[in-house]
This record gives sequence, structure tokens and C-alpha cells, in this order.
Amino acid sequence: MSRSINRSTAIIMHELPVTESLLEIALRHGRDAGAEAVTDLHVVIGELSSIVDESVQFYWDMISEGTAAAGSRLHFRRIPGRLGCRTCGNTYSPREDLPCPACGGVDIEVLAGEEFYLEAIDITATGQTQREPA
Amino acid sequence: MINERVPVVERILGANERLAADNRARLDEAGVFSLNFLASPGAGKTSLVEQTVSRLAGQLRLAVIDGDIATSLDADRAAAAGATAVQINTGGDCHLDAVMLQGALDVLDLSAIDLLIVENVGNLVCPANFALGTHRSVLVASVPEGDDKPYKYPGAYRGVDALVINKVDLLPYVDFDMEYFQRGAAALNPGLATFPLSCRTGEGLDQWLEWVTNMTRHFKTTRGM
Ligand SMILES: Nc1nc2c(ncn2[C@@H]2O[C@H](COP(=O)(O)OP(=O)(O)OP(=O)(O)O)[C@@H](O)[C@H]2O)c(=O)[nH]1
Ligand SMILES: [Mg+2]
Ligand SMILES: [Zn+2]
Repeated sequence: MSRSINRSTAIIMHELPVTESLLEIALRHGRDAGAEAVTDLHVVIGELSSIVDESVQFYWDMISEGTAAAGSRLHFRRIPGRLGCRTCGNTYSPREDLPCPACGGVDIEVLAGEEFYLEAIDITATGQTQREPA
Repeated sequence: MINERVPVVERILGANERLAADNRARLDEAGVFSLNFLASPGAGKTSLVEQTVSRLAGQLRLAVIDGDIATSLDADRAAAAGATAVQINTGGDCHLDAVMLQGALDVLDLSAIDLLIVENVGNLVCPANFALGTHRSVLVASVPEGDDKPYKYPGAYRGVDALVINKVDLLPYVDFDMEYFQRGAAALNPGLATFPLSCRTGEGLDQWLEWVTNMTRHFKTTRGM
């Protein structure tokens, strides 16, 4: 016999849990900074992490409704993938090839492209922030 | 009114990663060794689950958690092969995440399990980004998918601990350059344990089962179990 669990919430696409997490982070940092509203989010996405695309704005509008981030805009900064060959030191794009195009080496490391984080938020504040003075 | 930019720099999947660490601690504590099967749809995850369960059932106590968008067909197959099986319906979501695994662990008696296999939803893009907390990830590739997959889905090949190349019985009928495929996989993941096999004919299964058994036993012995 197998047992079955259904998720309580109906999830439509993989973007949704990602946006939920994004919202939680943005609201928390906004609150800490004394924000009245979060107006913009600056998200950094590495080419190799392939998690979200522009369609996420649609889910974003849905889930941020009624929060301090309602109506905010998402900005994506894409970081191109960069691989480094440990054999000859060559650096190259994963779009060229996977083994090193210079020496054929396969001992490679990812130098860039796996990022996925919220870099900054833009907020409006009344001026009474709860932060410690710098 | 002041407009201000606030630096954040926080990993977006950090919450999932913390939960995954909780799941791992729970599995460690209970002495359950766990594998996460990742693959494209139809690569043969459930077939490999069936083979693994039916061949190891006498030696290890097995449980299977099946992620599926809507049905319980895969969990039923795992149960029929002799495992305790739990189905997670993701309701359209294209991968499992740490919260869903946590829910499935809640309904299992972990003290009665040696090896837990999680069959993730068939998809090469998203699951690789969502840690579950399992001990090892296994990518199940298959010959009919083509030999260019490592080049197209580098993320999926980078994070895994073992690679199964299923359906080798179809090699004579399909354009699949094994050397080209393995060169791509090796570039992304040097030294990756690789098992070419066929769930249909049984070819290559012994090496795979030996790896699973050794990993499970090693995990248990290092914990004095
Ligand atoms: N020729 C051949 N067919 C296979 C082999 N392994 C599995 N299949 C077939 O491939 C199809 C898909 O197998 P499944 O095990 O259901 O694949 P899956 O990855 O679990 O599929 P989803 O869960 O739907 O993503 C079935 O028709 C299997 O009979 C194999 O080694 N050789
Ligand atoms: Mg399946
Ligand atoms: Zn090189």
C-alpha cells in the first residue's frame, strides 16, 4: 500500500515557491530598514542556475498583493557563466564547449554563473528607521 | 518621504536549504541512508526504483517517496516491488522541495528503514536547485534522450553524486555517442560514479546495486549501526 500526501496549497509553477521566499526576504529587510513600502527588488541570477525568468513578475504581482511590496518591480541582473580550466588556466563560456576549448581538459571549475540571490531593495521610508546609526 | 536603497545579499533559496539541513539531521539521527533520483520525464526513475527495491529487499529495509504532479502510479509500482511507499502530489509543481520531503518523513517510521529513495518529479531544470536534505543525488539519464544532455543541462550534472545511464539495450537503435556524452559529464563533474545499465535486460545492474549497498552499509557502520 502506498500513502498519499497532497500539498495543501495549489502550486502552479516552480516560480511560486521561489517568489514566496523572495517576498519573505524582501519584507523582512524592508521592515528592518523601517520601510513604508518596498518599491523595487534587485535580483541576481547566474546563467547556470536557470531558476526564474521574466514570467515571475506575474506571480510576483499575485503574491505581493496586500503586502508592503505590493506593486513593486523586479529587476534581474544576469551573470554569464564562466568556466576555468585547471589544466591550462584558460577561462571560457559554457556556451562555447564544456571541456576546455584550448586544451581539451575536463578538470574545470565554475567561476561564475551559479548565483541566485536578492542583492538589494529600494524602499520608501518615513525617515524613522529602526536601524542603528552607522 | 525618503527613497533609499537597502543592500540585502541573501540567498533566495536559503530557507529551503535550512530546512534541507533539518531533514538531513533527522535522517542521520534515524540511521536512514537516502538517495534523490533526478531525471527527465520517462528516463526510467521508477523502473530503477523497482529493480533496486526488488533486488535489495532481502538485505535492506527500503522506503520510497515518489514526487508526482498528480498521480500515485509511481508509488504504487514501488509498493508492488516491496517497498514502503509514500506519494507526494506536488499539485503541478515541477520539483520536490525540502518542505514536501519533511511532510513525507512525518508519515514514515524512520526507525524501520535502512535506505530511502526519493523519486523527484521528472525535470532536469528545477530539482537541481532545490536541496531536499538527502545524502546523495543520482541523475538517471537514458539513451533515447540523446548524448547532448550534459551540454544542455549543466546544472543537473554538476550537483549529483552518481550518474545512471539507463536503457543501454537501445544503443544499437539510437544515435548516442557514449564517449561524447561521458566527456560532457566528466567535464562538469570529474570522477562522477557512472553506471551504464538497462532496467529492461538487467545488464549493468549489479554494479549499481553494489554501489547502493556499499554506500548504505558504509553510512550505517560509520554511525555504529
Ligand atoms: N528499452 C528500455 N526501456 C526502459 C528501460 N527502463 C525503463 N524503460 C521504459 O521507459 C518508460 C518510462 O519508464 P519509467 O520508469 O516510468 O520512467 P520515469 O523516469 O519514472 O518516468 P516519470 O516518472 O513519468 O518521469 C517505460 O515504458 C519503461 O518500460 C530500459 O532499460 N530499456
Ligand atoms: Mg516515475
Ligand atoms: Zn585548458
